[in-house]
Amino acid sequence: MRIALFITCVNDLAFPATGIAVTRILRRLGHTVDFPADQTCCGQMHANTGYRAEAMPMVRNYVDVFDSYDAIVAPSGSCTAMIRDQYPSLHPPATSVAARTYELSELLVDVLGVTDVGAEFPETVTYHPTCHGLRMLRLGDRPLTLLRQVRGIKLVELGDAEECCGFGGTFALKNPDVSTAMLTDKCARVRDTGARVLAAADNSCLAHIGGGLDRHRSGVRAVHYAEILAETGATS
Amino acid sequence: MNPPVAPATGGGRIRTPLPFPTAAKPAVADTQLRANLHRATRTIRAKRARVVDEVPDWEALRDAGSAIKADVQRRLPELLEQFEASATAAGATVHWARDAAEACRIVVALTRAAGADEVVKVKSMATQEIELNEALEAAGIAAYETDLAELIVQLGDDTPSHILVPAIHYNRAQIREIFQRRMADAPADLSDEPAALAEAARAHLRRRFLSARVAVSGANFAVADTGTLVVVESEGNGRMCLTLPETLISVVGVEKLLPTFTDLEVFLQLLPRSSTGERMNPYTSMWTGVTPGDGPQDVHIVLVDNGRSAVLADPVGRPALSCIRCSACLNVCPVYERAGGHAYGSVYPGPIGAILSPQLTGVADNASLPYASTLCGACYDVCPVKINIPEILVHLRQQAPHPPAERATMRVLSWVMRSPRRWAAALRLARAGAGPLGAYRERTTGARTLRRLPWPASAWTRSRDLPLPASQTFREWWEKQ
Repeated sequence: MRIALFITCVNDLAFPATGIAVTRILRRLGHTVDFPADQTCCGQMHANTGYRAEAMPMVRNYVDVFDSYDAIVAPSGSCTAMIRDQYPSLHPPATSVAARTYELSELLVDVLGVTDVGAEFPETVTYHPTCHGLRMLRLGDRPLTLLRQVRGIKLVELGDAEECCGFGGTFALKNPDVSTAMLTDKCARVRDTGARVLAAADNSCLAHIGGGLDRHRSGVRAVHYAEILAETGATS
Repeated sequence: MNPPVAPATGGGRIRTPLPFPTAAKPAVADTQLRANLHRATRTIRAKRARVVDEVPDWEALRDAGSAIKADVQRRLPELLEQFEASATAAGATVHWARDAAEACRIVVALTRAAGADEVVKVKSMATQEIELNEALEAAGIAAYETDLAELIVQLGDDTPSHILVPAIHYNRAQIREIFQRRMADAPADLSDEPAALAEAARAHLRRRFLSARVAVSGANFAVADTGTLVVVESEGNGRMCLTLPETLISVVGVEKLLPTFTDLEVFLQLLPRSSTGERMNPYTSMWTGVTPGDGPQDVHIVLVDNGRSAVLADPVGRPALSCIRCSACLNVCPVYERAGGHAYGSVYPGPIGAILSPQLTGVADNASLPYASTLCGACYDVCPVKINIPEILVHLRQQAPHPPAERATMRVLSWVMRSPRRWAAALRLARAGAGPLGAYRERTTGARTLRRLPWPASAWTRSRDLPLPASQTFREWWEKQ
């Protein structure tokens, strides 16, 4: 199977560790991963902010770059949801490649049939199900199923887990007061758990929640769950 | 032949006087309001979840509700004419109102013709939308709200902040204070116990019911094949208004139609569970024109467009007309819970308001509302008629006027990101530019984050640290391995 990594624009620039983690997990499981260098961005920010025309060139570029692969994996629930939910109506030739685009946990659990990726991570972790993964992709407990198999991990349940963190893309900038009020509550629920690590499937949401946790020097680290699945306990 | 004319937009209380972010700011800072909303929305949310979970065919009911409403929207003109014929045959008089002002004129004229200088009112979103109370007052007619929460809001010289629970922004101590200040016949020793407050309102309203000659209502449903109107309520005040006065005037949005009486089977299951979280609402009143010797003998129905034809004309935005005003989307919305209903500046707040108000007025008049959402999707999940609210929000954002600076930024970003070569160069530039700063921040503070940036980035850093680009981009790592 030819698997391509769609890193997403935010991860490429600010969170390369997540992409490195996805690469390591898949290689450890015996798969070859391609990274087509011509990839850019899924266009979600433009489309969801009201600039659909400006998003279209990115949509077409995605089809050009990824159409020849059997499976495309993105370490982001939100970008995957953009591709799967919006691409077919925005650009009908994208329908087929959109259906072959998976969020990491979908690729691992549904396509590759793996729940134990051989990870070890001796920390207390809580998991926030980000909205687009939860309600658009219906990821369900796939990410948690993967995390439960990690050696040494202590998973603690997050209160009001399914409530949005207040990021919402440009919402965070256009509605900073409401966004901050939602963030404050999310951070409080995270700290209630006593976990030292907050995991989620989207680094954009994590930049928001983690940015709030950092602001208050909370001592809680926000990481993409792929980085937990990549840890084997061995020094890398 | 003249070219087709675009349907007119609506008037009334459906426009935001202030942009949503500006209006939300004081609401977010109001600790009493935040506590009231937090408590009330979470209580109703949990009740709804409990009674919805126990219905085995809930998803099938939602599909049915959605399909019936879509059918109504496909053949609305025909169904409206059928409704008019059925209701007229049953003895009602049907009036047609293009907009809020025309609807108000009709109700004022009918009230005057009945020789009345006061009306009792059943809780109704349509009359709030068209600002009927204000129009009646201007014509020298007193309008008395008889729903408990509407009464509280009216006595408080306030406007509703929730579709189902108009006074959700008040707690019981505040309600006691309003009653003592504005209700002349309230007991001097009135406590803030809910039962005592309800009893005071009940005694106050009883005289109004017995003396009123004209009642004004809305309708939850209007049945085309029989000409029947339906009002669903909890307190019995509606039943009093609908049966005691001689004249009954019902103001009904044209989208409220159902094709047949049996369609009520679906909606009378969907509505109470989604709305109050009850298996069944206490009072369901249905009337078909005039029944000689029983109830109002002078029955009028005012069918209101007020922008609805414009909504109908947009195939993507059209499902907003399926709304049955249950409020489930408000109660589950994290934005509504923090900003409250008044921030939406319209009688229709919350997620449904964010898609309905801009469509009724034209998006330019309510441009901030489609952005008053994180697109989290919780509203879509609970909607009993499956309105894809996030999809319509995104659709309306395409039509909203964009700030020039934002438009310029978005265009530049699109120009960069549409080209693999320019995007790769931009990544290198961003990493090279901010990388050393990130390394410095990491060395001195332990994290590659910025804590304070000037406007407009301050909108982010006011409450969040901002991560700086990593020391190498992912593609640089990939090339080096």
